[in-house]
Amino acid sequence: MMIINLDSAGGGTAPGDAATAVHAENLTVVRGPHTVLRGLDFTVPRGQITGLLGPSGCGKSTLMRAIVGTQAKVTGTLDVLGSPAGHPTLRTRIGYVTQAPSVYDDLTVRQNLDYFAGILAPGRASADRRHEDVTRAIADVDLTTHADALAGNLSGGQRSRVSLAVALLGTPELLVLDEPTVGLDPVLRRDLWNLFHDIAVQREATLLISSHVMDEAERCHRLLLMREGEILADDTPDALRTRTHSETVEAAFLHLVDEAAAAGRRKETNR
Amino acid sequence: MSTTTSTAPPTTPAPTSALNASRTLATAARVLRQLRHDPRSIAMMILIPCVMLFLLRYVFDGSPRTFDSIGASLLGIFPLITMFLVTSIATLRERTSGTLERLLAMPLGKGDLIAGYALAFGTLAIIQSALATGLALWFLDLDVTGSPWLLLLVALLDALLGTALGLFVSAFAASEFQAVQFMPAVIFPQLLLCGLFTPRDNMHPALEAVSNVLPMSYAVDGMNEVLHHTDMTAAFVRDALIVAGCALLVLGLGAATLRRRTV
Repeated sequence: MMIINLDSAGGGTAPGDAATAVHAENLTVVRGPHTVLRGLDFTVPRGQITGLLGPSGCGKSTLMRAIVGTQAKVTGTLDVLGSPAGHPTLRTRIGYVTQAPSVYDDLTVRQNLDYFAGILAPGRASADRRHEDVTRAIADVDLTTHADALAGNLSGGQRSRVSLAVALLGTPELLVLDEPTVGLDPVLRRDLWNLFHDIAVQREATLLISSHVMDEAERCHRLLLMREGEILADDTPDALRTRTHSETVEAAFLHLVDEAAAAGRRKETNR
Repeated sequence: MSTTTSTAPPTTPAPTSALNASRTLATAARVLRQLRHDPRSIAMMILIPCVMLFLLRYVFDGSPRTFDSIGASLLGIFPLITMFLVTSIATLRERTSGTLERLLAMPLGKGDLIAGYALAFGTLAIIQSALATGLALWFLDLDVTGSPWLLLLVALLDALLGTALGLFVSAFAASEFQAVQFMPAVIFPQLLLCGLFTPRDNMHPALEAVSNVLPMSYAVDGMNEVLHHTDMTAAFVRDALIVAGCALLVLGLGAATLRRRTV
């Protein structure tokens, strides 16, 4: 196992704890001939933004799919909001955004959100709440002026924001966002990160956000650094930099990769 | 960390049952709304059967008897083919765009999704069949002994069967190209063996046996029962039940291909 667990000040949460959003023990995922995740142990605390960072293909998306409950062939322990991952009661409590925007191109922004809201809170009784929810979600991602545009006619960045808005419906307790800021301009990225912080603080939600851009790491409360299906570090950005005597999280990540390689692996880690 | 008070209302998790009426209706409304943004597709779905019947009427200008039997059969076959194509492409798009994964990560039952699709395309099939049947009966002099309502009923069951087959094969298609190729693979053999070209009992016994297990044969048989008899015959009831049963069976198989967890 290649886990360097740097236990820091905020850490040390036990499974089943009210302060724990996600808890994994020996989490392994196999896809075809490849073992994509190799016996991961980690904990994501509630009410914070945890960044999931690592190079493309290191298993970030697979880990997120396992947490959301859409990944097959998951072994080990994986508890999400106190229930096993994929439990039916979790389906209204988790918002999930895939890397590629998953919305209907032949519906308008509002029609997309109306439909998904109708799935989350069905029935005539919740019609008012649905309307409020949809309007707020569109405003959250700054698409109010495009609410009646067809999703297929929007730019790539706008479409991914429609996808994000769907995940914000119904006030989820856990938001799992797979590279939500990819391809967005700096102003929009800053606005979205401000929104993520608002969601964590005001709506008391937990956010798990993946990225392969290391400078976004500085905006997270905690970081999970991944490489080749294993977790290199689980810590706060500050503690990571201090421990590795690095200026940036990127430098810390490279330091940890070199350290792991130099530690003289008994097994080859390449696939 | 979080110091501000929460303004979010407590969310009551909605139960996920096998079939939820509002979720099914929301899905059907969404599918129809998608189609509404594509008026050309709607126009083609509704007009092409009418144009084909019109064409056929004058192809068999000299033998109105032939037009009667082929025309009645086609009234059952058109909705099946149209709904097969539309559903297989629509559900394939749902699978490839990631919206299916998103929906199945939400509290949507598989039955809700399938019933929603069946409801939406069934509505469309009613419009299509009503126009085609009306045109055939009143303008093209299709001579039917039985009630036009029974023709419409068979057409609707055929549409349901087409939706079911389309939904099922979309699970085995990785692209639109493959999905379209399922039409000659799944529909053409049934078309050849259903009795449209030659009565089924004139076929080679082996082919007749095959045609006996293909649902489209019963759709065409049912249409012919209406063509020749004034009342609802026992054979008609049997044919209609077989088509409906096949549609439900294939819908069930289609539901089994929707998986919440994928590799």
